[in-house]
Amino acid sequence: MSVVRVPPVLRAEAGGAREVEASGANVREVLEDLTARLPALGTKVYGEGEIQSFVNVYVDGEDVRTRDGLETPVRETSTVILLPAMAGGC
Amino acid sequence: MTTYRELLQQTKTEIEEIDARGAQALDGAAWIDVREDDEWQEGHIPGALHVARGYLESRIEAAAPDKSAPVVVYCAAGNRSAFSAKTLQELGYEHVYSLAGGFTDWKRNGNEITMPRTLSPEKRTRYSRHLLIPEIGEEGQLKLLDSKILLIGAGGLGSPTSLYLAAAGIGTLGIIDADIVDETNLQRQIAHSLETLGTPKVDSAKRAIEALNPDVNVVTYRERLTSENIDRILDDGWDLIVDGADNFPTRYLVNDASVWRGIPVVHGSIYRFEGQVTVFKPHDGPCYRCLFPEPPPPELAPSCAEGGVLGVLPGIVGTLQTNEAIKLAAGIGEPLIGRLLLLDALATEFTEVKIERRSDCPVCGDHPTITEYIDYVEFCAR
Repeated sequence: MSVVRVPPVLRAEAGGAREVEASGANVREVLEDLTARLPALGTKVYGEGEIQSFVNVYVDGEDVRTRDGLETPVRETSTVILLPAMAGGC
Repeated sequence: MTTYRELLQQTKTEIEEIDARGAQALDGAAWIDVREDDEWQEGHIPGALHVARGYLESRIEAAAPDKSAPVVVYCAAGNRSAFSAKTLQELGYEHVYSLAGGFTDWKRNGNEITMPRTLSPEKRTRYSRHLLIPEIGEEGQLKLLDSKILLIGAGGLGSPTSLYLAAAGIGTLGIIDADIVDETNLQRQIAHSLETLGTPKVDSAKRAIEALNPDVNVVTYRERLTSENIDRILDDGWDLIVDGADNFPTRYLVNDASVWRGIPVVHGSIYRFEGQVTVFKPHDGPCYRCLFPEPPPPELAPSCAEGGVLGVLPGIVGTLQTNEAIKLAAGIGEPLIGRLLLLDALATEFTEVKIERRSDCPVCGDHPTITEYIDYVEFCAR
């Protein structure tokens, strides 16, 4: 199981959790597993077979868009970060 | 018993003296001025490095690391430099020359000299803790004093950045904000106070800055940044932007203008317990659009007024931004270019992720498709 970090704006969709677990050998499998476990969260970040354009996904500190996208390998020990932009300077 | 005269004569037989013309003909020579601080302050040979004789042995290797390159040592008249040259030979420098007649003859013969810029005694006292740091020192402090930094927003992030940049001696601070100080701001916006409730934030921040450091020239813009006024404001000539805006349209607007003008942006953003910090240096690293090509839909982009923010969070993120701004202004250290620092204050955890410039970025990429201001409100409302 890999750890998936949930951004604060999506924690309501994860029952308030800051981190959740999901399994899979690559980003696609992890996001599909995440969607099966937490549909409300999964569909916000992953829909119609694509990562939503406003969400960045990092595996072990690297943006998957600069690697192999959904095919980027994920290890058991990996941390997957879901990150939309935040605007606040308030 | 050897006298000073005898020792000097003996030393001069063991080293090589050179005249000004011969020294100027040397290729790639390091020029070392071994006089005292007060002598250096009254003028020196252009391009020379100052290593007072008392620190010669301990500091020369940092000043002139290549021991096979020629080194020209000078003092006022050529005597202290003779002893210094002998020391450098003993340290393994292979081609050491003592400038005959020293700085006195150099100047008398009409050669060019440089007058170092120095800090007044008052500034020397105020910035003494910076002057003691080798990476900053007098040269770095003078760079800070010459810097012009524009702050977007005088709120949560703008409060600590404006105060610490002012304390650090940034010469000119520009502040853009259209808002008025209200009571809900005081939980975190420490540049403001009960005394300035109801006044424009730019005026309140200016007052706080001037109370801390009257040397800082504060330029206020009591307006909301838009595509209509951004060029006028940036035409005032800013070296660096510290972005503490509270909305996406302004973030994308600042990004586009800064890329087109080549102005680095120190980015900070906050929400509840979490913060993001990075530096966008146009064309040397990614821009905001490389990081976030699109803003989230409005329902996933609540403001602090809607979702709240821990009061100290802008203090943490704003001071991290200030650290980046000071490093960029002084030209030191490793700025957060191509690195996004994520802070989770609840877990007290910092995470760093890599961000890369996108060759297909519509603004800073290889074939830009956005080359003039767009409707940023509409772009962020899609």
